[in-house]
Amino acid sequence: MSDMTPKPNLSPSVEAQGGRGSAPVPATEHDDHLLHDDHHHEHHDQHWLWKYVFSQDHKQIAKQFLITGIFWAILGGTLSSLFRLQLGWPEGTMEWLKPILGGWVSEAGKLDPEFYLALVTMHGTIMVFFVLTAGLSGTFSNFLIPLQVGARDMASGFMNMLSYWFFFLSSVVMFSSLFIETGPAAAGWTIYPPLSALPQAIPGSGTGMTMWLVSMALFIVSQLLGGVNYVTTVINLRTRGMSMSKLPLTIWAFFLTAILGILSFPVLFSAALLLIFDRSFGTSFFLSDIYIAGQALSNQGGSPVLFQHLFWFLGHPEVYIVIMPAMGMVSEVLATNARKPIFGYRAMIGSLIGISLLSFVVWAHHMFVTGMNPFLGSVFMFLTLIIAVPSGVKVFNWLATLWRGNIRFTAAMLFAIGFVSLFISGGLTGIILGNATLDIQMHNTYFVVAHFHLVMGSSAFFGLFAGVYHWFPKMFGRMMDEKLGYIHFWLTFAGVYLVFMPMHYVGIAGFPRRYYAWTGFDAFSQFADMNKFISIAAIIAFLGQFIFIFNFFYSIFRGRRATQNPWNSTTLEWTAPIEPGHGNWPGEIPAVYRWPYDYSKPGSEVDFIPQNVPYSQTHSSNLPYERDMAE
Amino acid sequence: MTALTILLVLVLLLVVFGLLFRLQILTSIFSGTFTRDIGMSNSVNAILMLVFLVFGGAWFAYSFVENFNKMNPPIASVHGHQMERMFWITMAVIGVAFAITQSLLFVYSYKYQHKEGRRAYFFAHNNKIEVIWTIIPAIVMAALIFAGWKAWTRITGPAPKNSVVVEVMGKQFNWLVRYPGRDMKLGVINYRMIDAVNEWGFDLSDKSALDDFTTNEIHVPKGVPVLIKIRSRDVLHAVYMPHFRVQMYAVPGMPTRFWFTPTMSTDEMRAKLGNPKFNYELACNQVCGGSHFAMKATVIVDEPDDYQNWYAAQQSFSAKNPEVMAAFKQKAKTLVAPVAAQPEAPEVAPAPLAASY
Repeated sequence: MSDMTPKPNLSPSVEAQGGRGSAPVPATEHDDHLLHDDHHHEHHDQHWLWKYVFSQDHKQIAKQFLITGIFWAILGGTLSSLFRLQLGWPEGTMEWLKPILGGWVSEAGKLDPEFYLALVTMHGTIMVFFVLTAGLSGTFSNFLIPLQVGARDMASGFMNMLSYWFFFLSSVVMFSSLFIETGPAAAGWTIYPPLSALPQAIPGSGTGMTMWLVSMALFIVSQLLGGVNYVTTVINLRTRGMSMSKLPLTIWAFFLTAILGILSFPVLFSAALLLIFDRSFGTSFFLSDIYIAGQALSNQGGSPVLFQHLFWFLGHPEVYIVIMPAMGMVSEVLATNARKPIFGYRAMIGSLIGISLLSFVVWAHHMFVTGMNPFLGSVFMFLTLIIAVPSGVKVFNWLATLWRGNIRFTAAMLFAIGFVSLFISGGLTGIILGNATLDIQMHNTYFVVAHFHLVMGSSAFFGLFAGVYHWFPKMFGRMMDEKLGYIHFWLTFAGVYLVFMPMHYVGIAGFPRRYYAWTGFDAFSQFADMNKFISIAAIIAFLGQFIFIFNFFYSIFRGRRATQNPWNSTTLEWTAPIEPGHGNWPGEIPAVYRWPYDYSKPGSEVDFIPQNVPYSQTHSSNLPYERDMAE
Repeated sequence: MTALTILLVLVLLLVVFGLLFRLQILTSIFSGTFTRDIGMSNSVNAILMLVFLVFGGAWFAYSFVENFNKMNPPIASVHGHQMERMFWITMAVIGVAFAITQSLLFVYSYKYQHKEGRRAYFFAHNNKIEVIWTIIPAIVMAALIFAGWKAWTRITGPAPKNSVVVEVMGKQFNWLVRYPGRDMKLGVINYRMIDAVNEWGFDLSDKSALDDFTTNEIHVPKGVPVLIKIRSRDVLHAVYMPHFRVQMYAVPGMPTRFWFTPTMSTDEMRAKLGNPKFNYELACNQVCGGSHFAMKATVIVDEPDDYQNWYAAQQSFSAKNPEVMAAFKQKAKTLVAPVAAQPEAPEVAPAPLAASY
């Protein structure tokens, strides 16, 4: 920002001396700076409304995304506990929920089956879009991109603020839809028409669905505003020396995620728009030959399969939009805490690019048995299974990063390791589901539910947790409690496996998803005990998350004070003050000289060399090709 | 009981964690390392990684074997057995990958935990290794894709000429079933002719519709290819018959199809399972509304002779519902003058029969 008074500050040499001390970094010098910074920021007082609410500071916006995301995650988790109660105890009574749910619990104490569908629909919508897209990539793309590429802020702070407030509006609309009389949208988070188009088919497709579509339109606007900003910032605002091949993997992941979002969300927008037309203006994009509620509709010539194509053209890249930021952050956390360079930096970027490209040409593997031409099925099976190759490369590289490391188990590191484990477990079953032949049996069963909850649901959550534990000190200037973090991790890790491993068994037996109860079928009645088990594990694992929520909010105010670079990390955000003000660095932005993974470099006294340390100061550790650069 | 067990296990787990971390504080106080940055919690977590691998792996193996029979309901179609083989071969392949990668992950985590004075090995990349672990998965994937593609084209290919034909139509919330009758031709139907009696919307001015008959259960012969034609008249549904490994969406406005060959009659399966009440089931597997979970049809596999007899004994829809027939005759008479009540109806082309792929 040009309005910042230039101040002598972290010159590379000072920073390098800091980096050269024995770990942990000596605090004295940095404390000096801290005092300066505080002093400096007293100059321009902002009204709290502009500082905390309508802030244009990327860090503040990131926190807004995070806290809104946490709110949605609690709600999404609560919904899942409700429907797990129903699935675990289909004969049980829900009488005690009547005060909260009112008319959705019948006189006999049974959950309304249509409300059950509303629960799964809203759980999916909330978790995929509001938590794992906005809450995850909204938080960390915002927080880390300017700090890690060495920029004062996003390319457009105002657009960035708009991005959050569109998300907020979208949240308000979606949240309100929970309270209307006909209930929220209930056609599944994939909102396949005609079910989602016809209020006669299910009450949730009335006002609830309208609000869902409006909310999603606002959400897409938010995503596009954010995405354009992220891409622009990464391309244009990198600091001196920060070439694309020196970017941390987090930034690569956020960058590619933003591109995916920009290219795919508009397609969902068009699908939503066409659906609005079909619902309200009598068009027939997705409707044809329908006789419902004693009436033949006049719509002819539309195709429900067309909607599925449009939906999944976003829907599939969307799962990578969810998982890639987690991959990036996990790479960063693993390298930092194993005190080792990430193995195969270029291969990691290559696999991210490969996954991004492939993610656009695999959408129809969600549609093998929808009546799509089987030839297309063969093509999409081929393209889908190829994704296993770049995904495999990532997993092997993470394992190689741990190999012969010197691992510190911070809470973030535990979640990063948990992420890799869950990603393996969930990813491998994708090889079964991506095979069109096997998908005939597995499509829409609990095998699918188990698969994606492991590979994109839980994994992305683990990435989110790793990110929060790791960057909390830079966000709030305090540390989260490590012990509570450990307990949170082990409980969640065990819980996730206890929930989703048995779910595979249920799926292999062919249990359909989105069933209110399986008791009506002989073929599906053998797993009653297992369902109880899954439900109990799920509810306990959900309750365990309150350990995190307590830890998070308690630590914001009462946590141990953080040092400037508590994890001895090499990336640029740790060269900023403990609590960076608007503009991030009080003085000049540090220049970058080296890649972000110089951990445990032979010949170096300390086990990390920050990116802003020039080669001329590290003669003892320079590799042969780096010696020229030191001149 | 299960609830209690799980609760107990989790409480115990928490207690163990609590004790371990307490113990760590105590020992660190005694050994004078309390203020150390990377303390014993590091080794506790490292040990827990190993414990998780061993106990988690054991629990998974045990529960998998324990539930193996439950997750393998009987299969009764020709392609179902082939799919089953492919499924378990693929499971074995991913099982090996799963075991190797998970073991490495947890063993490395334990083995390379922080040790005072040790330094991580600076190992940034190795092109040879990377090429190897790119190519090996690529080869395995190529094999799986090839096998899957072969089976897929066979299963979704055209049905054999001698297939018997049955058509199902999904509606909220049950399945309608019809057979082509003696002429082996399914008659024209039109969704605009649907009413409470004529649920299919038979257009009885079409001759081939006259002998079509409707049933509540689906009967199919054993050992003969069966072509199921699939329609929906309101929202999306999906025909899902887990015992036959059959699944295909029912799409309004777009007829779909699936063919399979049943290998075991209902009676044979009942005898094999020792369950006299066993029935093959057809479930709806695409969310279609409130009673989606109860949208079911029974499938009965007969011996071919029994099937012939049953088929011959069925009465056609037009014979069962003379009043519908009469209405159509009435309409045919007045057809000289254009029908004013339903101006659009005659112009609408009948929905096409399922086109062959």
